[in-house]
Amino acid sequence: MSEASKYLSQLQVGEGEQTFLDSNELIINMGPQHPATHGVLRVILKLDGEKVLGTECVIGYLHRGVEKIAENRTYTMFNPYVDRMDYVAAVSNGLGYCQAVERLLNIEAPPRANYIRVILTELNRISSHQLWLGTHALDIGAITPLFYTFRDREEILKIFEKYCGARLTTHAFRIGGCQYETYEGFERDVKSFCNFVAPKIEEYEELLTTNRIWVERTKGVGVLSAAGCKALGVTGPVLRASGVKWDIRKAQPYANYSEFDFEIPTRQSGDTYDRYMVRMAEMRQSLRIIRQAVERIPEGPIMAKVPKVIKPPPGEVYHSIEAPKGELGYFIVSDGSTQPYRLRVRPPSFVNLQALDLMVRGQLVADVIAVIGTLDIVLGEVDR
Amino acid sequence: MQPVATTFFFYFLSALALLGAVFVITRRNAVHSALALIVTLLALAGIYLMLYAPFVAGVQIILYAGGIMVLFLFVIMLVNLERAEKEKQFNQQWLIALVAAGGLGLLFVRVFTESKTVSGLLQKPLAQLAESTNTQQVGIALYGNYMLAFEIASLLLLVAIVGAVVMAKKRI
Amino acid sequence: MLTSITSYLHSNETPGAAGNMFWALLYILAIFLGLSIAVIAMNWLERKVLAHMQVRLGPMRVGPHGLLQPIADALKLLIKEDIMPAHADRLVFWMAPLITVLAAFTTFIVVPFGPTHAVTDMNIGILFMLGVSSLGVLGIVTAGWASNSHYPLIGSLRSSAQMVSYEVAMGLAVVSAVLMTSLHGTGVYGTGTTGSGTGTLSMIGIVKAQYDQQIWFAFKFFPLGLIAMFVFSVAMVAETNRAPFDLPEAESELTAGFHTEYSGFRWSLFFLAEYSAMIAVSSIAVTLWFGGWLRPFPNALTGATWDLLFSLFPGFSFLGLGALALLSAMRMPRHRMFKIQTIGLAGFGALLALIGLGLLVPPLRDRVQDIYWFVAKVAVFMYLYIWYRGTFPRYRFDQLMMVGWKILLPTALAALIATAVVGVF
Repeated sequence: MSEASKYLSQLQVGEGEQTFLDSNELIINMGPQHPATHGVLRVILKLDGEKVLGTECVIGYLHRGVEKIAENRTYTMFNPYVDRMDYVAAVSNGLGYCQAVERLLNIEAPPRANYIRVILTELNRISSHQLWLGTHALDIGAITPLFYTFRDREEILKIFEKYCGARLTTHAFRIGGCQYETYEGFERDVKSFCNFVAPKIEEYEELLTTNRIWVERTKGVGVLSAAGCKALGVTGPVLRASGVKWDIRKAQPYANYSEFDFEIPTRQSGDTYDRYMVRMAEMRQSLRIIRQAVERIPEGPIMAKVPKVIKPPPGEVYHSIEAPKGELGYFIVSDGSTQPYRLRVRPPSFVNLQALDLMVRGQLVADVIAVIGTLDIVLGEVDR
Repeated sequence: MQPVATTFFFYFLSALALLGAVFVITRRNAVHSALALIVTLLALAGIYLMLYAPFVAGVQIILYAGGIMVLFLFVIMLVNLERAEKEKQFNQQWLIALVAAGGLGLLFVRVFTESKTVSGLLQKPLAQLAESTNTQQVGIALYGNYMLAFEIASLLLLVAIVGAVVMAKKRI
Repeated sequence: MLTSITSYLHSNETPGAAGNMFWALLYILAIFLGLSIAVIAMNWLERKVLAHMQVRLGPMRVGPHGLLQPIADALKLLIKEDIMPAHADRLVFWMAPLITVLAAFTTFIVVPFGPTHAVTDMNIGILFMLGVSSLGVLGIVTAGWASNSHYPLIGSLRSSAQMVSYEVAMGLAVVSAVLMTSLHGTGVYGTGTTGSGTGTLSMIGIVKAQYDQQIWFAFKFFPLGLIAMFVFSVAMVAETNRAPFDLPEAESELTAGFHTEYSGFRWSLFFLAEYSAMIAVSSIAVTLWFGGWLRPFPNALTGATWDLLFSLFPGFSFLGLGALALLSAMRMPRHRMFKIQTIGLAGFGALLALIGLGLLVPPLRDRVQDIYWFVAKVAVFMYLYIWYRGTFPRYRFDQLMMVGWKILLPTALAALIATAVVGVF
């Protein structure tokens, strides 16, 4: 028995303490229509007054059968569908899928394409974290950061729009590279964005990091230890906030992340505050990567030699990338035809969400909201 | 200022208080009873005002209507009302209760009739207190003449608080 | 009849004290009307100020700069379908908003807008205010219960616990201000005045005491007055269920808390009550610690010149606002699409300027001055409410209770005892 399963067996949390009036257990439904469940998540809460005795997540309200759709589309046709999973980080989704198919085809994207990919993906990471920060702060009751982050996220979306015509579901990459050459002034835009957003991140921190109420609301809330993370397969900033230095960009470098100099921010206590700090630091690291990439972006082709009809040889591949929310993996089985025989997505939100019950047992209703926010789930990705 | 329509307001407030009291014991729904009790308490506060005792009226509103009744409602909401509504509202001691209430009523009637004939009691009007110094007079009485009684009462309340904490909390 | 109406004009009592029913009713009507306008204005201001704090514009479409937005909102609420949930307790559901709004409005009977500008002056003024405003919680509790729904129930349980808890700290802070009315202090704490030593609970009496002692109670026995004022101004935010203590209606947790099931007109009553209660508690704070209707430095800057200068304030501030509106009307884009907006804004500016000119006329000037200073001080508190909302996250329930019982209550108690000690010795 591994360390992880031993940890899990210890977690038999008792039925909360019986209270003086021991008949006031309350079952309430949070969602699927609820302002703070980030979409259509439904959480059934068992409450004793304000204390949470247990939760159960009901998911599937946004289920579109993305994995089944994949079996009926060619590899190229399926590419836009992945954007619709984690719709706030569509670029990352596209990158993971394209690279998985590229590995299946055994081709390599040209260096310039890789640079463009890294720049756009890191921009997307910042925008995803900004959206997370705004909504998370809103859940905890601070309404102002939301508007600040949306104001700054807009600049990123403008760059996306100029690059590929779409703001949210970008479909920015193609199998084998990128479809579009960068537009005139792309480097200038990205550079000026970096200079624009760096002080804005300080601004968010100014509003929240030392805010007494924010600290009280997040410190010690929803603690998830490193062992807990490992046992449940939780990845991404949640894992790093528990002190595990695990980032696929460093551990199994893809694209050309190995060429860049950046750090993996980690924190020790694994509570909501630390996850907040980790994400804030990650935004700065992303800026660092973008700055390096823009400086060094080479000339050259943006598309590898890809056959007109994509017909990978029979076989299977699992490729994972570090999406803003954690490890995003694609497992593709090919039977040699133009369509995948089976495609399975390992979405970070779905896996991270299962930690919810563990994190909120014995805490208060308000903490459920904070924890849902801090896990940074996107229901499009959970339900697929 | 001269009081306006004293008789009307006296009967109005009294009727309100009585009506509320009747509703308190006849409503099957505990929340309705509590709300009726609040009406009674507020009507009593009005009567205190008419008696030139604004301080007592204010305290009545703050403590009873605003404080204690909120806690009452708080507790009632946590109780399973559907079950409570089906339960029998009156217990078997209604006969004794009737006798006791009747006795009390007779006593009131007796006092009222006696006072008409025997000198004293209701005939001599009480010295009218000046409205403007009511609070000060209450203060002087409480912290002057009745200092000891007041302090003992507060000690009693302290005991009650400690008792409540001990009962409600298993671990201290 | 007529003589009693006109004779009151020369009296220097409140209509309640003078026993003048006509003027009392007129005052009640005026306060009701003024309060409604204040709530509407507050609604617009909150949206605009909050919007500008959050790098957006706020309402801009209905009327120039969204000036008519609150009216459009009110209209929308009035014609909205009135929904009552199935199995709701009809009577209680119907009564709950009434209780809240009545409690919020009744408090204004004793609010002193000026030495004579109050409906009546009660011997127990401040006690009455605290008592009646504490009745508002009954409406909230019953609203949550009557809705027959879980979220409102939790919301109302939260709010009752919260309001009852914070009333204690609030009351203690008030007591220390009341204590100051009778204490003149000696030595470094002395106010340089002597008096009979009787305190008062009357709202007008408290302001007069501040005038007699020549100090706002916020600065008396420095820093004790400030501490009590601070405790009160935290407790009053909790008492009115506003951010960062807006747990009863915590949007992200309980959808809308106790009024989740309310819609249309009933909901708007809750809204009205909430804002009236905010104004009411701000008025208490202003009366107790900031000299109520007194103009700045009523004792230090005396003389005809200063009196004239301060009495010109109301008129000139309205003129200034009018000029601001006219200026922004001139800066409107010259396009026929904006023609009506420009005219509207200019008209609004002209109206403000006209009011300003009217306030410069001598007899009105002196009468209105007290009300002006009172409202201006209350407005500062209302602005603080908006500011809090733009800045702070929300407290969690246990933390809220901890703040109330473990921080505010001991602080208020300590300030009270210290005030007594400093004042007597």
